[in-house]
Amino acid sequence: MPKDHGIGASTKRREDVRFLTGKGRYTDDINIRGQAYVHFLRSDVAHGKINAVGTSEAETAPGVLRVFTGKDFEGVGGIPCGWQITDRQGNPMQEPAHPVLAQGKVRHVGDPIAAVVAETYEQARDAAEKINLDITELPAVMNMKAALEDGAPKVHDDLTSNLCYDWGFIEDNREAVDQAIKSAHHVTTLELVNQRLVANPMEPRVAIGDYASYSDESTLYTTSQNPHVIRLLMGAFVLGIPEHKLRVVAPDVGGGFGSKIFHYAEEAFCTFAAKQLKCPVKWTSSRSEAFMTDAHGRDHVTRIELALDAEGNFQAIRTETYANMGAYLSTFSTSVPTYLHGTLMAGNYKTPNIYVNVKAVFSNTVPVDAYRGAGRPEATFQLERVIDKAAREMGIDPVEIRRKNFVTEFPYATPVAVEYDTGDYNATMDKALEIADWDGFDARAAESAKKGLWRGRGINTYIEACGIAPSALVGQLGARAGLYESATVRVNATGGLVVMTGSHSHGQGHETAFPQVIAEMIGIDESMVEIVHGDTANTPMGMGTYGSRSLAVGGSAMVRATEKIIAKAKKIAAHLMEAAPEDVELKDGQFSIAGTDKSVAWGDVCLAAYVPHNYPLEELEPGLEETAFYDPANFTYPAGAYICEVEVDPDTGKVRIDRFAAADDFGNVVNPMIVEGQVHGGLAQGIGQALLEGCAYDDSGQLISGSYMDYAMPRADDVPSYSVDHSCQTPCTHNPLGVKGCGEAGAIGSPPAVVNAVVDALQRNGKDVTHIDMPLSPSRVWAAMNG
Amino acid sequence: MPTVSMTVNGKPVSGEAEGRTLLVQFLRETLGLTGTHVGCDTSQCGACVVHVDGEAVKSCTMFAAEADGAEVKTIEGMANADGSLSVIQQAFQDHHGLQCGFCTPGMVMSAAALLKDNPKPSEAEIRDYLEGNICRCTGYHNIVKAILAASGQEVTPIAAE
Ligand code: FES
Ligand code: FES
Repeated sequence: MPKDHGIGASTKRREDVRFLTGKGRYTDDINIRGQAYVHFLRSDVAHGKINAVGTSEAETAPGVLRVFTGKDFEGVGGIPCGWQITDRQGNPMQEPAHPVLAQGKVRHVGDPIAAVVAETYEQARDAAEKINLDITELPAVMNMKAALEDGAPKVHDDLTSNLCYDWGFIEDNREAVDQAIKSAHHVTTLELVNQRLVANPMEPRVAIGDYASYSDESTLYTTSQNPHVIRLLMGAFVLGIPEHKLRVVAPDVGGGFGSKIFHYAEEAFCTFAAKQLKCPVKWTSSRSEAFMTDAHGRDHVTRIELALDAEGNFQAIRTETYANMGAYLSTFSTSVPTYLHGTLMAGNYKTPNIYVNVKAVFSNTVPVDAYRGAGRPEATFQLERVIDKAAREMGIDPVEIRRKNFVTEFPYATPVAVEYDTGDYNATMDKALEIADWDGFDARAAESAKKGLWRGRGINTYIEACGIAPSALVGQLGARAGLYESATVRVNATGGLVVMTGSHSHGQGHETAFPQVIAEMIGIDESMVEIVHGDTANTPMGMGTYGSRSLAVGGSAMVRATEKIIAKAKKIAAHLMEAAPEDVELKDGQFSIAGTDKSVAWGDVCLAAYVPHNYPLEELEPGLEETAFYDPANFTYPAGAYICEVEVDPDTGKVRIDRFAAADDFGNVVNPMIVEGQVHGGLAQGIGQALLEGCAYDDSGQLISGSYMDYAMPRADDVPSYSVDHSCQTPCTHNPLGVKGCGEAGAIGSPPAVVNAVVDALQRNGKDVTHIDMPLSPSRVWAAMNG
Repeated sequence: MPTVSMTVNGKPVSGEAEGRTLLVQFLRETLGLTGTHVGCDTSQCGACVVHVDGEAVKSCTMFAAEADGAEVKTIEGMANADGSLSVIQQAFQDHHGLQCGFCTPGMVMSAAALLKDNPKPSEAEIRDYLEGNICRCTGYHNIVKAILAASGQEVTPIAAE
């Protein structure tokens, strides 16, 4: 019988009611009396020298309050990068300045040059057309390998080259890896592209700056996954506003997928301009603007070698990756191809020797940063593609080669610096084969053949590192932030609770799932618990939501705070029942003393805490409110096995996904309904990457895919109904809930399954195709078949 | 500025609108009905779908002046008279057909238009009809299920498939 409340129940989401009735409160729904509007004049060339920005005509246009240019920000800090990488020689990465408005040069299409603030949005936009730009176009740096050649034009003239860093992981293992590859029985090599993607949350970004002169306080309303991080970065590094004079509010946020983690120039601009102009300043991104300003994702070019012995045991992996950073370093950009990618190169396998080399390169493109999965999809894709290719070359079954190499004993220390605490990769593999009806493939293939279609199947496994992560470790690795999470649990006098969390929900359902945990711990109804998030003024300093960390880290903080609450409540209950605190038990919202009929209700204890007439005041403070900060001991390691079945039309190259099965191990699950929804969404994004999506630039740096007309978002008829399962559960060993995180798995695990399936369909029909670069558009598949 | 008048969710309203003011701007900015969303500027995403004289319309693709005199229905007018969720809204909640909620108003309005014309659509018909509504969160699986359920058809219960 499935549970109907508490941990493990598919409680319906309470936040849905406001979203379904049009009562959501997203940032663009906020309008402040007297607000002005900003329109940014953006570069339409990829690379150019700014000779002059003539603003006089625009300044006198109707309704214009002020026109800002790069000059206005000369005394202001730049947008900072949050993670410093040390290169193979032990030197820090090259880190260019990133001004709020362009100074001297423009470096990508969309780089903001000037900002017009006017009384209405239309006036701001009209006036921006009156700005006279004098820009000398420079050759655009677009190809990563060419960008590193001697004499290549430079994105940043003050840096020595377009190389941000050349990183080796682990550098000391390099020779052993080279040796293992040289002496191996078989080496499979694959060169591939993990294409540039645009995150595309459906809500475009919005920022509203507000300034209260009576208190000298600035407030920023913004579409952010982590308001405290924005407050810290913007206050300390850009605008020089102390945190007690700066409030950041991220209300309902319409999806993020990583792209709303980062601190963006528009946020700093609106906060700055509001203070200058003494009026609220609002910016709402159009979708076209979003395409050229939201940080993009992926964009890796990789060569991977997998060495095997005669039986197919993995001996070594060596990779070389070029990672596009774009024109500037976005907040966590530098960590994605390094510590979020290199550390995952062991996958689910016990390969003894691994070496990862990453060259991060500047180009005249939109900055690239974390997008759902962030580094882990790139690792999984190359590994699972090369394994498939190796299996084919060596004539080993794709399931068998994986099973043969699985890590089966835990904890397992990989050669790439992480330690997997638990897992059971054979169990998720078995489950995937079962729900995919692996054995029924031949019959389905025969049916497809009757229709003239080629059926293929692809399988892969994945592992990810979630719940980032121990602050001490990430600090050693160059993070300029801690990665704990926080929660304050406030019990009210009448027994209800409010949890103020540093996590942030932008679709994940915290308002429903977090109360399930507390309800379980105390034994009260979920409706007695309210979640507050997204406002630095009423939540403790927290790091926000990304990297599938909310429940594993934020939920753990909430559990710790609730444990403190329960410990104190037991002392109060003991006093009320005239017993020893050690003897008090809490069950179903009732405190009792074992072996007696004494009991006192949760509500009575809460009331006593706030009306302490009969209360041990000499030993205990009144009140019932506790805060906890939780810093995890390790990452969590969700893992699973995915299977995709496709039909390829040999006449057109069109791929249709017929079945998709995902078996995941997320450890314990609090709300299965929400977990499945997270997997579904990730699968659609991964399938989108595999078949449809691709952010394209031409050689001159023009963004070709700048709207939904050209960037193919997965739509309802592009994806199948999914078969998902999370019944294989090896609980995380080091957090109190035993949870691992489920937000990114679908996006990480699905692209290789799709590509493996298409290659399989072609191979079964006599085409010697070993790889096709994503997206697998009909023209690419057709070209591969007929090439 | 010219004035436009229309009936929105059963109530007569009027307000000033420039010739270039879009219906979605009029609804959001002038009337404060912020349940209708803007997700793109190329008429592709469907976050802005409302009903105009009973037809599903992308309100970013219509000028406010064009809706002068029309009968407009938005997500704010979809609940039952007593404030409870309508069948379609309830099905979206029951089947977890929304996550961040941003596409949701448009999805509900489109679903209502579909079921009006085709009370028992197949899964393929639903997927085909939703071609103009993008959701980045749900992967569509549960949206399709919610619409099937709202049309009274059998679906597998949540989190048990
Ligand atoms: S806002 Fe109307 S279709 Fe996107
Ligand atoms: S629920 Fe977020 S876009 Fe559909």
